[in-house]
Amino acid sequence: MAYVAVKGGERAIDNAHAWLAEARRGAAAVPELGVEQIAAQLGRAVERVMAEGSLYDRELAALAIKQAQGDLIEAAFLLRAYRTTLPRFAASLPVDTGSMRPLRRISAIFKDLPGGQVLGPTTDYTHRLLDFALLAEARPPAAPEAAASDAATPRVHDILGAEGLIEADAPGSAEPFDLTRAPLGFPAGRDARLQALARGDEGFLLALGYATQRGYGNTHPFVGEIRMGEVAVEIEPPELGFAIEIGDLALTECQMVTQFAGSKTEPPQFTRGYGLAFGQSERKAMAMALVDRSLRAEELGEDATAPSQNVEFVLSHCDNIEATGFVEHLKLPHYVDFQSELETVRRMRGERGA
Amino acid sequence: MTHGYNFAYLDEQTKRMIRRALLKAVAIPGHQIPFGGREMPLPYGWGTGGIQLTAAVLGASDVLKVIDQGADDTTNAVSIRRFFARTAGVATTTVTTQATVIQTRHRIPETPLRDGQIMVYQVPLPEPLAKLEPSRAEAARMHALAEYGLMQVKLYEDVTRYGHVSISYDYPVLANHRYLMSPSPIPAFDNPKLHMSPALQLFGAGREKRLYALPPWTEVRSLDFDDHPFRATRAPQVCGLCGAADSYLDEVVIDDRGSRLFVCSDTDYCAGRQEAGHGG
Repeated sequence: MAYVAVKGGERAIDNAHAWLAEARRGAAAVPELGVEQIAAQLGRAVERVMAEGSLYDRELAALAIKQAQGDLIEAAFLLRAYRTTLPRFAASLPVDTGSMRPLRRISAIFKDLPGGQVLGPTTDYTHRLLDFALLAEARPPAAPEAAASDAATPRVHDILGAEGLIEADAPGSAEPFDLTRAPLGFPAGRDARLQALARGDEGFLLALGYATQRGYGNTHPFVGEIRMGEVAVEIEPPELGFAIEIGDLALTECQMVTQFAGSKTEPPQFTRGYGLAFGQSERKAMAMALVDRSLRAEELGEDATAPSQNVEFVLSHCDNIEATGFVEHLKLPHYVDFQSELETVRRMRGERGA
Repeated sequence: MTHGYNFAYLDEQTKRMIRRALLKAVAIPGHQIPFGGREMPLPYGWGTGGIQLTAAVLGASDVLKVIDQGADDTTNAVSIRRFFARTAGVATTTVTTQATVIQTRHRIPETPLRDGQIMVYQVPLPEPLAKLEPSRAEAARMHALAEYGLMQVKLYEDVTRYGHVSISYDYPVLANHRYLMSPSPIPAFDNPKLHMSPALQLFGAGREKRLYALPPWTEVRSLDFDDHPFRATRAPQVCGLCGAADSYLDEVVIDDRGSRLFVCSDTDYCAGRQEAGHGG
């Protein structure tokens, strides 16, 4: 009965919160984790929380991770609940990823290209052997450095586009849909879709993207390019009439080159799938690009038979804050409804026995 | 009151957006209105839709009652009542007759509501057709055409298979002869209380970002057939604490031999009867 402890609910909640705080801190003999440590040393977790929490703030994301005891969905929820209280000042201009000086840039479709292939700080070729040296505090040797290159790093899709081999970017609408202010409706435009995917659950998108590769809505993807680095964010206040820079964002962008399409009037050309995520979130950006392309099935005249091609299915279920809320709400009291089912089943069993 | 947040947590622009949607909802009883639902500091599924509606209609002089499963002392009811006590500083009560706004999950109080009261229902799935037609876009089309045959067929199949309609909670209703509506997961026992209620009834679904309403004195009919009329059912026992034979009962397991105690789910109703001298 502790669950509903008559008249005791309030005290039970207070006590649960006190216990939670104690459990979060862990053994007092172990130094407390600093938010700076999380922000600096658990960067991938911080970036995932920023992406799914839809708020670019490393310090607050690190705080949320600390508060959530490392539960990343809970941390993203904390960030979302905070961001929704913030006023909206302006919509930024589209960021120019083409002018990014990438920390990492790879293309899987050209052996070499202007700006070169840059591996950057990747785990791609690490051998997954536990590094027991990390059990002790160890300062790694300094990474070798070279002079920065000033060479331009044009986007691979612009290179392909110059020859007309890939579809042009669809022109964006002046005032994009804002998922944080307006309810999602169907049919959903690409702006709404990309916003939902950008904050969507990495695991869900990963599984759907994987399914497309295995034949459930295949898109014949090639990684045209993945690039990661910082871009400037600009706004254009109406009273100024020109753009001003308000900060930088670290982003990972993935452009997939996918299944070509053509018709009697249009020569065949490759199509695009697009992924974008905060920080170094390559898996998310790639999965998003696969799903984005898959969701374009109807627009491109393909048979839409797989879940990843169903816009309503994907967008309604990719948000892990909504998903975890509704799944976990099943633990709230349902005894009134269950009682009504009990009475119905008893009545039916009684009638059958009679 | 908690400083740093607006009265009742939501900013005034958001409240205005919700009130506009509510006006539309009141004008079209039972019709679901999309609204720009916000992320609340409580999880989806815990009543974020109801909380946003309560926040939008609450004034400083209101008296708030919050119930979950009919009870004022269930943990989530306690938590939501505290949320508004902290963020709005409004008076709270457990007494149905004293409340001006009642937020509820899964029950309608036994004490009849009166003119001027507002009921706010927490709704998990506002779409009554969802179990038959998962696409909301398709369901919206069916509502537009009042194409509800699918639901009638479901009820008919229940009757042929079980001898009864098998739905025991969240029993679909027709609002004002037009829109098929989910009454939220209240037991079917409570459905008749929706009909011609003197109170304003508001329904909020936070995760699904939909709201709808029943203005006072709206006709609300539970779907049925002439030869299988709707029946409101409850456990046949009387309350073990107050002896009520007309209230909805919870069944509590009291020992390891399966003994049961049946008690009123509406704790305020039960306490009032006990104070008046009734016993189990």
